[in-house]
Amino acid sequence: MSRASANARGTARPPFWTTRRRDVLSGYLFITPQLAGVLLFVLIPVGLAIWYSLNDWNVFTGKQTFVGAEHYAALASDPQLPSVLLATAIFSGGVVILNITLGLLIAVLLNRRFRGATLFRTLFFSPVVVSVVAWTLVWGFLLQDNGGINGLLATIGIKGPNWLQHGNTAMLSVIITQVVRSVGVNMVLFLSALQGVPSQLYEAARMDGAGGRTIFTRITLPLISPTVLLTAIITIVGALQSFAQIAVLTGGGPELSTTVLVYYVFQQAFEFNDIGYGSTLALMLLSFVMLLTLLQWQLRRKWVFHEQ
Amino acid sequence: MINARKTLGALALTAMFGLSAACAGPAAETSGPAELRMTVWTSNEAQLKLLNSIGDAYRADHPDVSKITFESLPFADYNTTLTTQIAGGNAPDLAWMGDLSKDLIASDALVGLTDKLKATDGWQYDDLLPSVTAEYSRNGTLYAYPFSNSPYALYVNTDLLAKAGQKIDPATLTWDQVAAAGAAVHEKTGKAGFVIRDFDYKSWNVLATVWTGWGAAAWSPDGKTCTFASPEMQKAFSFLHDAAFTTKATPSPGTTADFFAGDAAFTIAQVSRASLLTGSFKFGLHPLPAGPAGKYAVLGQAGVGVLTSSKHQSQATDFLAYLTNPSNAEKLAQFFPPPRKSLLTGAKLAANNKTLSAEQLQTVVVDQLPNAVTLPNHTSPAEIAQKGKTALDAMWKADADIPAVLRSVCAAIDPILAK
Repeated sequence: MSRASANARGTARPPFWTTRRRDVLSGYLFITPQLAGVLLFVLIPVGLAIWYSLNDWNVFTGKQTFVGAEHYAALASDPQLPSVLLATAIFSGGVVILNITLGLLIAVLLNRRFRGATLFRTLFFSPVVVSVVAWTLVWGFLLQDNGGINGLLATIGIKGPNWLQHGNTAMLSVIITQVVRSVGVNMVLFLSALQGVPSQLYEAARMDGAGGRTIFTRITLPLISPTVLLTAIITIVGALQSFAQIAVLTGGGPELSTTVLVYYVFQQAFEFNDIGYGSTLALMLLSFVMLLTLLQWQLRRKWVFHEQ
Repeated sequence: MINARKTLGALALTAMFGLSAACAGPAAETSGPAELRMTVWTSNEAQLKLLNSIGDAYRADHPDVSKITFESLPFADYNTTLTTQIAGGNAPDLAWMGDLSKDLIASDALVGLTDKLKATDGWQYDDLLPSVTAEYSRNGTLYAYPFSNSPYALYVNTDLLAKAGQKIDPATLTWDQVAAAGAAVHEKTGKAGFVIRDFDYKSWNVLATVWTGWGAAAWSPDGKTCTFASPEMQKAFSFLHDAAFTTKATPSPGTTADFFAGDAAFTIAQVSRASLLTGSFKFGLHPLPAGPAGKYAVLGQAGVGVLTSSKHQSQATDFLAYLTNPSNAEKLAQFFPPPRKSLLTGAKLAANNKTLSAEQLQTVVVDQLPNAVTLPNHTSPAEIAQKGKTALDAMWKADADIPAVLRSVCAAIDPILAK
């Protein structure tokens, strides 16, 4: 069939730039900057980390020697790694539990209307905008044996511990320093979620005679559970990446009590110049973050409430 | 299946990018006028001004060098930043170095300087003091010029001692007398007794300023075997432990006291720290106190070398020879105790020193240098420092088992020493 005859019968070839194609192109254009960012700052670095983990790299001469899975085998025989993983679990667990519960508690308290509520919200959020290093340095001075916190305790007759010199109190110190600084983020997210809960539900529950605890567990928590999921993911990832607090406050000590995985990665790669083993540890950290995020995402079906 | 193929394709692309970046070799020596960059850890304006003036004078006679930059890096992160620059292909041409020198020399990352310096007219290679070049030499070749050789000395706050009714005789002073006077000062004034500056219960290598007085050393002279568990080291650490937890002659862990702010009776610090004295109290400066093994001296050193990764090795080496010639070495000596015998007299060092007298400089610098030992220095210094610190943390408790802790230090660092 000739083109002329086809046109004559009104079956002209459809235009190339259909609405669908235009939509697809604009979609790709919109995501291009983000895609470029992911490629440049995520995929390529991860690819490089995988390559480095398979090599020994003399950083002084630039010479790389392929060693295959040697660094992965070294993970199993690293005598410090169990202590590092334990410290990571304690630090992350402590930060996540305290951050979410305190963030929720403060948000619930500040969700009421009272004089000065805005001031309190600002006060709790303000540490978030302070430089993490400056924040930690100040806390370092406060937590010294002859520092401000023990000075305050002394005024009420209590001899405070040497906070940063003993394993348990050092870990407690870095957890509290981190939580006090970052709890404001979770507080704001929870406040926003709480303000989205319809007031009719509370009124109906009260009319049915429900108490405060029942209202909180049966109405508030289910309705803000998507935000709880979001904050849990953000807080866990943030806790696993906490570096400056450890580096400035304790340097990973005493002994290995506060040496968390991300600090250990830094030590191996940039202080000991073992880029290969440091990259292997970094990939292990990446695996942990991905696994925990995936796990939470899968478990969301069990406890996250979505309105139909 | 299509998605899987796309994913595999993306991964392959990523790996290709990665490999091409990772396998990029060092750049070849460039032609045309060179721009030299030297990393330093000082940010002192007067020192940088002097370095820049020497750089400007060199450029005036050397049109093949168009620019010389002195890049100040923070001391705390200096080694990390320098190695990151080298690993990232952005190495400086020349670098100051401290405990990183052994690694750089062992990796052939430094240009040998001996032939160039000997061949430079008027440089006077034989003027260098052998005891200060040893740390930067291998098989008879010098790899870094030891521009700063600052012995550790005992600073005394004589006002605080007088307030506590204490007197010392610097000529016969021992560590036991320092500890006794320090404990008395602490008891009577509430101020600290003696402070090992920069130690802070972390940087244990500075404790060599104490344990050398007991005849102890961190490892054998060949650097292969840990000697932390020796009887001499046990006695030295018993002394320090008693001072921290029993007599309170030194601040306990987690307590800070700054001698230069008037918070302590004594401090052990390098002579170059005298610039921190503000005149707010009367002070004395003496050689280190004697230990049970007798008199001794300990040295903190800094060197400057040319990196083999420099794109302008010949110009950088030539500039280093100029920077360190007798005339410029004399100028640098106003800030850094020099390695040249001809400049090492109290009178010459005092000529540009507003804080210390010729007699003090003769006693605490010139007389100490020929027999001084350096702080412990080894390849993999950061790893040894961290592993040693982790083990030594158990020492800083009132009920520490000193011999067991010292054995654990050896267990931690022996594998690194044996590498």
